[in-house]
Amino acid sequence: MSALISNVAEALASGAARIVDLTHTLDPDFPVIILPPEFGQCARFRMEEVSAYDHRGPAWKWHNLTLNEHTGTHFDAPSHWVSGKDVPNGDVDEIDPSVFVGPVVVIDCSAGAAKDDDFELTPAVIEAWEVEHGTIPADAWVLMRTDWSKRRGAEYLNMAEDGPHSPGPTPAAIELLLKRDIRGFGTETVGTDAGQGSHYVPPYPAHYLLHGAGKFGLQCLCNLDLLPATGALLIAPPLKIKGGTGSPLRVLAMVMS
Amino acid sequence: MTTPLTRPSKKDPQKRTLVPVLPPVARSRAALGLGVMAAQGRFGLQVCKDCQAIQYPPRDACLKCLSADLVWQDVASEGTIMAETTIRVSPEPYFRERMPWRMGAVQLAAGPTVNCHLHGEVGRGDTVRMALKLDKAGQGVLIALPLKGSDLMQDDLVLRAMSSDPKHRRVLISDARSPVALALTQALLKAGAAHVFLGEPEAWLAWPERAAFEGLVNVSILPLDVTDASSVTKLAAEIGGKVDILINTASYVRPGGIMGNDTNFATKSFEVNTIGLMRLAQGFAPGMTGRAQDDTNSAVAFVNILSVRALSPDANYGAFGASQAAAHSISQSLRAEFRTSGLRMMNVYIGPIEGDAWFQPLPPPKVTPNAIARTLVSALVDGLEEATCGDIARDVYARWRADALLLEREMTGGGS
Repeated sequence: MSALISNVAEALASGAARIVDLTHTLDPDFPVIILPPEFGQCARFRMEEVSAYDHRGPAWKWHNLTLNEHTGTHFDAPSHWVSGKDVPNGDVDEIDPSVFVGPVVVIDCSAGAAKDDDFELTPAVIEAWEVEHGTIPADAWVLMRTDWSKRRGAEYLNMAEDGPHSPGPTPAAIELLLKRDIRGFGTETVGTDAGQGSHYVPPYPAHYLLHGAGKFGLQCLCNLDLLPATGALLIAPPLKIKGGTGSPLRVLAMVMS
Repeated sequence: MTTPLTRPSKKDPQKRTLVPVLPPVARSRAALGLGVMAAQGRFGLQVCKDCQAIQYPPRDACLKCLSADLVWQDVASEGTIMAETTIRVSPEPYFRERMPWRMGAVQLAAGPTVNCHLHGEVGRGDTVRMALKLDKAGQGVLIALPLKGSDLMQDDLVLRAMSSDPKHRRVLISDARSPVALALTQALLKAGAAHVFLGEPEAWLAWPERAAFEGLVNVSILPLDVTDASSVTKLAAEIGGKVDILINTASYVRPGGIMGNDTNFATKSFEVNTIGLMRLAQGFAPGMTGRAQDDTNSAVAFVNILSVRALSPDANYGAFGASQAAAHSISQSLRAEFRTSGLRMMNVYIGPIEGDAWFQPLPPPKVTPNAIARTLVSALVDGLEEATCGDIARDVYARWRADALLLEREMTGGGS
């Protein structure tokens, strides 16, 4: 078995395999999800200098950070949603670390999302993908590629008077993914649900159904266009925050060159 | 007639920026009262409670009956110039740079005779309106103004040094999303401001009101978020050397008291209203204090718009009030830090804003953005340090000044 791991290391060293970074830079100007203002809000990423090789600390530079568990590219644990509040080991610090590394498939919805801001991932889209790539394997991460991560500024949240408009899964699509017993679901948008996801039954189906079933979420991903439909390995370990419902994290994928 | 100020040309980069020098600062404790009056734009002198004699110069005992019970009161501001003189030599650096300097003796209708500065449009024998103004040292001084001056009377150099007039000056409004930003921009341009910069926080979040600023001449929207130290540093590095007036409009309001309120809302209130003000001051004030004598468009004023609840809280907005009280305290500390430069720290106290959703259920009177803009600009022209806008702010401020403890009982103890 150790040969197997050495082979992976060798493949990376030789360039036969490479690492793709699926993470946005934590930046004060990166959007966060916006809720109705009377609700509590997600903290923006902020950095305050503690010292910078100066009188506050002559030889070192460091910062204090302010952010939410769900700021920037982040992981959602089951306890994030009311449906998952009683899931055993549902906080980030309790999750078995073996699930932080695993297989990943990518469903390319970029053509549809380019035409329709409210593009829906439906069972039909998933089934069409499976015709081409085979049935989604159990315990795999499923990522929805929309190329939404290439949007900048106000185009990213795409807020209108009736709320944000961005692509996401329908409740039936999530039911189908749960039938496949996936490990988790990830998107390029600010949440795992569509911008208009509050109008589905149940509202926010990805959050409600996935976390209720003990599955995980990843959002604000990027570079999904650099991943193959199947065959990549996803590395997504959240910070070990006591009682944490999620965590900003560095999401990496290992792919064959 | 006053010679009109011309729009300043571009700076000669080989010339050293003049370092601010101040008129004499030292005053007796009694004479500080002149500054208290001047800061609010009032004309007042000490009046003896026992014999009603009006006093000048300020003192500790009545000039007629020796009573120590002297109270500052608004008095009639009319007077007549009895004599005038022109000073051509002075050992004081401030006046040496501004020679010749005219002074006069004015017989006040209220009684006393005073020595005072003269506006260029008045002279011996004229009936004048006396005003108390803050000079560059922040001290209250007397100036004789024309009863009805020319349209250019604010361009008089002696008066302009006592004012924070936006004419020919460049202004930074810290938050373009504030409900008062547009009205303020328009009022400043109307008052002759050369340029208005507006800070835009969170450009990634669309706001339809932005359209109203687009196409305005001499107006620029630039990224600025007072909760983000790096954004303040960046903008200060870019335009810090050309901000002559800074107006902090950034404000975060959430209703709720203390016991049951969300500490996240409270934290955000402090981040925006309190620490945000500190970040702005750290970013921009050093450049402004260094440019307080930089010709016609010298840096003149740092303006903080405060809720009048900074002075005495409305318990229904407990955390907001706390952040405003802290911001008020920061304003006062900044005022002290600005003293040596002549840069003015102006607080504009307001009540609930008409159209602000966070004050929606409150009954009138509320204050409109246009009224705030008008008050703020005229307070700059008048060179004030303290201004109120709207019935609520005016009333609360007056009651706070008279008796802060009684006001607290009125506000929180079920009084009328």
